[in-house]
Amino acid sequence: MSRKLPAKDVVIVGLGWTGSIMAYELADAGLDVIAIERGPWRNTATDYPPGYAADELRYRIRHDLFLRPEQTTFTFRNKMNQTALPIRSWGAFMPPNGVGGGGVHWNAETWRFLPSDFVARTHLVNRYGADFLPKDMTIQDWGITYDDLEPHYDRFEYLCGTSGQAGNVNGQIIEGGNPFEGPRSRPYPNPPQQQPFGATLFAKAARELGYKPFPQPSGNMSQPYRNPLGVRLGPCTYCGFCEWFGCGNYSKATPQTTILPALLRKQNFSLRDNSEVTRINLDASGKRATGVTFVDTDGNEWEQPADLVILSAYTIFNVQLLLLSGIGEPYDPIADTGTVGRNFTHQTISDVTSFFDPAKFVFNPFIASGAIGMCIDEFNGDNFDHGPHGFVGGGYMGQVQTNGRPIETTPVPPGTPAWGAEWKKAVKENYQSALKPGTGVHGSMYSYRDVYVDLDPTYKDRFGRPLARMTIDFHDNELKQNKFLTDKFAEIFKAMGAKQIKKEYRKGPYDITKYQTTHLCGGAIMGTVPGNSTLNRYLQSWDVPNLFVTGASAFPQNPGYNPTGTVAALAYWTADAIRSKYLKNPGRLIDA
Amino acid sequence: MLDRRTFLAASALWLASSTSLTHASEIREHMPWSPFPSSEPHIERPGPWKFFTADEARAMEAIVDRIIPPDRETPGGKDAGCAVFIDRQLKGPYGASSGLYKLGPYVKGIKQQGSQSPVTPAELYRKGLANLDRICKVNNGGKGFADLSADEQDSVLKTIESGTVEFEDVDAQGFFDALLKDVPEGFFSDPIHGGNRDMVGWKMIGFPGIRYDYRDWIGRHNERYPYPPVSIMGRADWTPHKA
Ligand SMILES: Cc1cc2nc3c(=O)[nH]c(=O)nc-3n(C[C@H](O)[C@H](O)[C@H](O)COP(=O)(O)OP(=O)(O)OC[C@H]3O[C@@H](n4cnc5c(N)ncnc54)[C@H](O)[C@@H]3O)c2cc1C
Repeated sequence: MSRKLPAKDVVIVGLGWTGSIMAYELADAGLDVIAIERGPWRNTATDYPPGYAADELRYRIRHDLFLRPEQTTFTFRNKMNQTALPIRSWGAFMPPNGVGGGGVHWNAETWRFLPSDFVARTHLVNRYGADFLPKDMTIQDWGITYDDLEPHYDRFEYLCGTSGQAGNVNGQIIEGGNPFEGPRSRPYPNPPQQQPFGATLFAKAARELGYKPFPQPSGNMSQPYRNPLGVRLGPCTYCGFCEWFGCGNYSKATPQTTILPALLRKQNFSLRDNSEVTRINLDASGKRATGVTFVDTDGNEWEQPADLVILSAYTIFNVQLLLLSGIGEPYDPIADTGTVGRNFTHQTISDVTSFFDPAKFVFNPFIASGAIGMCIDEFNGDNFDHGPHGFVGGGYMGQVQTNGRPIETTPVPPGTPAWGAEWKKAVKENYQSALKPGTGVHGSMYSYRDVYVDLDPTYKDRFGRPLARMTIDFHDNELKQNKFLTDKFAEIFKAMGAKQIKKEYRKGPYDITKYQTTHLCGGAIMGTVPGNSTLNRYLQSWDVPNLFVTGASAFPQNPGYNPTGTVAALAYWTADAIRSKYLKNPGRLIDA
Repeated sequence: MLDRRTFLAASALWLASSTSLTHASEIREHMPWSPFPSSEPHIERPGPWKFFTADEARAMEAIVDRIIPPDRETPGGKDAGCAVFIDRQLKGPYGASSGLYKLGPYVKGIKQQGSQSPVTPAELYRKGLANLDRICKVNNGGKGFADLSADEQDSVLKTIESGTVEFEDVDAQGFFDALLKDVPEGFFSDPIHGGNRDMVGWKMIGFPGIRYDYRDWIGRHNERYPYPPVSIMGRADWTPHKA
């Protein structure tokens, strides 16, 4: 039997990036807020001190900071006529666990989406005609515009101290920034991080080819920073242990280094860690959430009643909890009915590794941060004419130097044996003179009718609940896109003087063992009417109005950038709507 | 409602394989902090084999020296401690597949669905080495892998790599794939894990280890970083010789 806890105004499921933002904003509005987090408390000074945080085997290879599949996992198949099997160890993406969520060990590549991304369908149909889109592509507009989100992007960047070079301030294009970005109301709070040799060469070659390279916007500090909540971050030391690792220098923007110190000072906030929410509870009408049920790691089951439920458990856990709680209509890809699980997407990444003359080039690949590098945006979104190419979508690409950690990053030229004396020699010769961008081509993945999430009929988690089942494959549009972008990217390395270039196109079928990014999107998407979406434009459930669902689960398709800038901006936008509209008149913010 | 017995069994299993951070707590009005790290690293010391038998260890030392052979400048896998590293890993959580999803049914899937084998790395090595020994002895008049010449050893490994040889009760290529992953990990991971002895793997390529601060160096383009590596345990020359 579950024990009942005293009722709260708000319960937040998951204290990652968006949970932290929501918790702070709603506690700041005077509400009594509790957060329930599946994983442990994590603290910079004692969990990943510089003295041993830089342990590649422990954190990168054995995934120490991540969820254990044993606790919960997903099943996967490419096509609807296959049997999905469980992901027994992580591969294509890596679900976070613990206070701070993915914020603890992200790279902190902090992007905004293009204005046209938010109106993708309308924009593409206007420019190319409806027939240009593949028939089974289900992309749609978001129900929100870039201008709606701009103030919220700005808040997140100033919270994080994002280091970058603006390309467009209030419509004025600024030299050295990204000329394609939507207008921002002011420059980044910090100047860009310094660039290593490889990125500098990349930018020069890109410029000579007629592109406009700019520094990757980074949540790693270029200088000391004090954010609007009074929390301080120190300068990044380019240690090269960023993605997959906690930052012991307080230099990476994470919930721990930006919000939690201010949040935990608020007396109307509390947190339960090591506690997994198993269900969102509904009243008899099914139209109102009464709170959540959770189980802690000591085996106790609890009920936490609340007036308002914020589901911020990360994309696929959000979708799974909605399905397990019977909220919204599950998507049926055959009948094309229901919305929960629909428009699930991931990413289309590819690598280009280039080999330079060891006698002339020393790149020091270990001098790195999760987000330093130079990028170009000419082939993202609809920044170029897709007419002649027969696909839609795109991505940014860049020489982003994230690490020279030797288990992961010891590239050898094509044709080298996988072991033995020749392999050893090639590792030694090329370590300092090869470039392997952390994220080379960061391509979009658009949504399709047969790519979705539902509940698995066979496999269960440790509580006996069905695992979420992913049905996902690449479609021709994405493979064409990737081929085009990868070739463009490789041309830049050729112009830099690489003597050998290895292109690894993204190929189908989608492979669950190959890491791309942890940018899962969709499944509980936002939209304009209940028929096409699970959430309205304020991330409020159409079906259960006292439930809001934050995170990239709301993205109707995945554009060609990392998601967190937009994920966080949407959380601020939602918090704002709750504070300024919902609390005055709890109920549907938009009439269905 | 969860079936309480199922749940207790499941959570006990979960607890057993986790760190000290597993007890639920309620946190309010402070940032929890303790004077000592809650996640201190686990350090492997030299000493007797923990997983391998003496015969297995001899074969493993020979194998790691073929995957990463010694050369004039850099020791090979054996002297770098790669077999010790794998020994410790197989005795630890990795060897037992701990933390991985282990509920059935186990069904063989398509390649892109990833490994669906219930065989743990510890079992894979135990059986893989036994098969290797058997095959070598049958084909070489009773000589085990460690007693073959380097060339003979290479050709045995090549037959496994290419799939021309099959093992009886375990996937031969799966065994080879594990070697290709685990041996370089032993060569390049921090010496606290038992391999990369004296940081030889890092010295070979010029990786400075955990120095953690390159602010002075990020702007020095195309210049070789001059300082030797540092491990989580520091450097041997930081501590005066005791002997
Ligand atoms: C290695 C890595 C690198 C990344 N790099 C970048 C990058 O450079 N740029 C970028 O934009 N994005 C990056 N991301 C993605 C980024 O981490 C996510 O977009 C972001 O953290 C999402 O925020 P969120 O609040 O939706 O989810 P999270 O931050 O993941 O938080 C969700 C929280 O909910 C908890 N939770 C889940 N289920 C339950 C439950 N049932 N009960 C209670 N708690 C639960 C989880 O433990 C977690 O703490 C990266 C991700 C990874 C893994």
